[in-house]
Amino acid sequence: MKKPRRSMLFIPGSNAAMLSTAFVYRPDSILFDLEDAVALREKDSARLLVFHALQLPVYKEMEIVVRINPLDSPFGLKDLEAAVRGGAAIIRLPKTERASDMLDLEREVGRIERECGREPGSTRLMAAIESASGIVNALAIATASPRMDSIALAGFDYVVDMQTQRGDGIELFYARCAVLHAARAARIDAFDVVFSDVNDDEGFLKEVQLIKRLGFNGKSLINPRQIELLHTAFEPTEEEVLKAERIVEAAEKAEREGLGVVSLNGRMVDAPVVRNARRILQLAGSPPART
Amino acid sequence: MEIKKEAMCGTLESNDLLVKVAPRAGLEIVISSEVLRQFGARIREVVEETLKHMDVSQGQVVIEDKGALDCAIRARVQGAVLRGCECEELDWRIL
Amino acid sequence: MNDNKRALHLQDQCLEGLERFQDFTAHTPYLKGPEKLTRKLVDSLEEAVRRSGLRDGQTISFHHAFREGDKTINYVVDVLARMGFKNLTLASSSLLSCNAPLIEHIKAGVIAKIYTSGMRGSLARAISNGLLEQPIHIHSHGGRVHLIKSGELKLDVAFLGVPACDAFGNANGVRGRSRCGSLGYAMVDAQFARNVILLTEEIVPFPNSPASISQDQVDWIVQVEQVGDPSKISVGAARVTKNPRELLIARLAADVIEHSGYFEQGFSLQTGSGGAATAATRFLEKRMRRKGITASFALGGITGGIVDLFKKGLIEKVVDTQSFDADAAESLAQSPNHIEISTNEYANPSSKGAYCDRLDVVILSALEVDLDFNVNVVTGSDGLMMGASGGHSDVAAAANLSIVVGPLIRGRIPTVVKRVTTLVTPGACIGVLVTDHGIAVNPNRPELEARLRAAGLPVMTIQELYERAISITGEPAPIEFLDRIVGIIRYRDGSVIDVVRQVKP
Repeated sequence: MKKPRRSMLFIPGSNAAMLSTAFVYRPDSILFDLEDAVALREKDSARLLVFHALQLPVYKEMEIVVRINPLDSPFGLKDLEAAVRGGAAIIRLPKTERASDMLDLEREVGRIERECGREPGSTRLMAAIESASGIVNALAIATASPRMDSIALAGFDYVVDMQTQRGDGIELFYARCAVLHAARAARIDAFDVVFSDVNDDEGFLKEVQLIKRLGFNGKSLINPRQIELLHTAFEPTEEEVLKAERIVEAAEKAEREGLGVVSLNGRMVDAPVVRNARRILQLAGSPPART
Repeated sequence: MEIKKEAMCGTLESNDLLVKVAPRAGLEIVISSEVLRQFGARIREVVEETLKHMDVSQGQVVIEDKGALDCAIRARVQGAVLRGCECEELDWRIL
Repeated sequence: MNDNKRALHLQDQCLEGLERFQDFTAHTPYLKGPEKLTRKLVDSLEEAVRRSGLRDGQTISFHHAFREGDKTINYVVDVLARMGFKNLTLASSSLLSCNAPLIEHIKAGVIAKIYTSGMRGSLARAISNGLLEQPIHIHSHGGRVHLIKSGELKLDVAFLGVPACDAFGNANGVRGRSRCGSLGYAMVDAQFARNVILLTEEIVPFPNSPASISQDQVDWIVQVEQVGDPSKISVGAARVTKNPRELLIARLAADVIEHSGYFEQGFSLQTGSGGAATAATRFLEKRMRRKGITASFALGGITGGIVDLFKKGLIEKVVDTQSFDADAAESLAQSPNHIEISTNEYANPSSKGAYCDRLDVVILSALEVDLDFNVNVVTGSDGLMMGASGGHSDVAAAANLSIVVGPLIRGRIPTVVKRVTTLVTPGACIGVLVTDHGIAVNPNRPELEARLRAAGLPVMTIQELYERAISITGEPAPIEFLDRIVGIIRYRDGSVIDVVRQVKP
């Protein structure tokens, strides 16, 4: 069963202290950022920090994403060399506009893997969509490469491109749906935007409830305090867990008895429903979120 | 690699270090650290190892450490050397 | 009449050795004169010192309720230095970084010996590097009272700074301009010192109440400009910390308490100072409400966090030996269920009853914890003294469950070590270590470990925590020491539990 990917904690790649300590917060994944969080003058040094931080044994046990600069910038390719050689699990490409962006990335990643002896195909890709054209091309992007791991919506640049601003979420509605549909059609994961007001717990939770119901796998976070809030909100309710347990029990019973059809309380239970029940139990079984 | 000009890399924040390099005949490494007694030897070891790997045999390297881990030390020393030798292209095998 | 007089002249055996009545004021001349009501009031500290009969080589004592805002200790020692005193023993319940001016007085020979529960800043560094000829004695809060009672610490003159008192010396810490809250430490000195001098900012109308220090304990009263700055008392977070690491640790600590087996109606708790410890109260609130329980009392070292739970009705009584912030001081002033106690009542092992004996759970901090759960709260990883023994070993010994909290790594320094640099609290007293990387349970508490594991908490062995720390920081080189002893760590029963040697320069 897949590991949960509810929380993706962003860490500025230029911050040595955070790189040295972020693992204690136990997010489902960590993202080392070489792009927006790093000043132009420090792109070179941040790249080196991330390269070396990736070698820390504690990070080898976790899923690490590296957000590189766009490949057509002076930094992107060098970032990519550092990230792939350093051992990042996933490369996040910002400002993905079209499928060919992912193909360009795939080509370079393949080359670097060969050059440094990394297992071919082991580096996976995450597309970050931050514009209208990216949204419109979402499906093509999501299916561009067998290395595609996930697709993420990046809110700030997107609303600027759409000539609006962040508000109650209606401004992201279409984009969120587009990203979700593309991800589900491509059978990859979908991640939601950063919530930047770290003092507004209520607003954060509202947004989390929304994206959970929409079906997102997880969300980008910029402050460790958001991790527990998010995990708690993503936790299935006791009722949901009980119901899921009964469904899975019924499915296992049917399997044992060699029956092709699963039934519970006299009603037929479809295979997707069983799959969903297993997913709920797996979420429930992850390290308990504590408030 | 040759250090051609003065350069620095890093910060004085906790868990980080500031590395300053300058051209000089012979190799001189000066280390000050908040944890000199406990990790001074280890810091020197990592710095020397990193410089050796980059084939730097001349220059002055001044370290002001604020409790940085080995990975940050390597990154900052490499960063300062690369800035100091004005190389554009990076041979990743040496890092 | 004549017959009576003749009766007294007779040399009756039973009257041998007894004194004959002269006049109702024979022994109380002050009742006659104008100074009946004002006899304790003295114009200057110098005058009070003269009247106290203080001599070279004797012991002076202070309390530290004002912590970093204290003005009394430095002022008094300055005056004593100017008066030419030498070789005094300084017995302050604690010393802080604001006491750096004492360095000069030690150099000049005014202070020759020190007994205290801890010290910080440049004074601590100087003493660690051999400033005092005789080693400093570091005791716990309870242990200090025991040393006094056992006779080792004879307090000749106590100089006690109070915000206000009346002309007879009834004093408390809850009213006046510089309110410090509980006078728990001062109460002990007032009881045991041969001579008690109050330094007060204000003389209030008689009788002042409540009287934490009573008029029947006070010899002299001097009015001064300032005894302390209460804005500098604040320890830990007056507001709950926002530091995510401290919050993480605090939450885990609350989890441990919740599943400890002691989290029942009427339990009692203590939280030390420090961000994670004080933040734990916020997380406890949620758990207490969920379970529908309240605490019978909170002990300490009282912070605003505890007062908050108290005001919300989750803690029945607050037992206060030191008020760590203005909220605590205010609550002590206002609430009858917020009680002031002396250090003797708090933690003295030789008192007839110490509150710490009745504690269920306590959250403590540590500079180092070793593989046997021994705790060091006095010396840093560089071997220099920098912290306080405080109430640590007292409550750890007596409470049902002692929980030590702290980050596994501070900067590049691991908190978990093979062997503590200085042993202050023995490992047998410590139940659990809670760090941001995981929880270690003392092997002497197998049922507790089972309970915490069953609750899904991240339990690992202390060996694993140690290895985890070292794998991240690298192994620190051991500090080299000289033979010379600069500090003696006195366990609460007066015994010597460890010594601090001078670090090799």
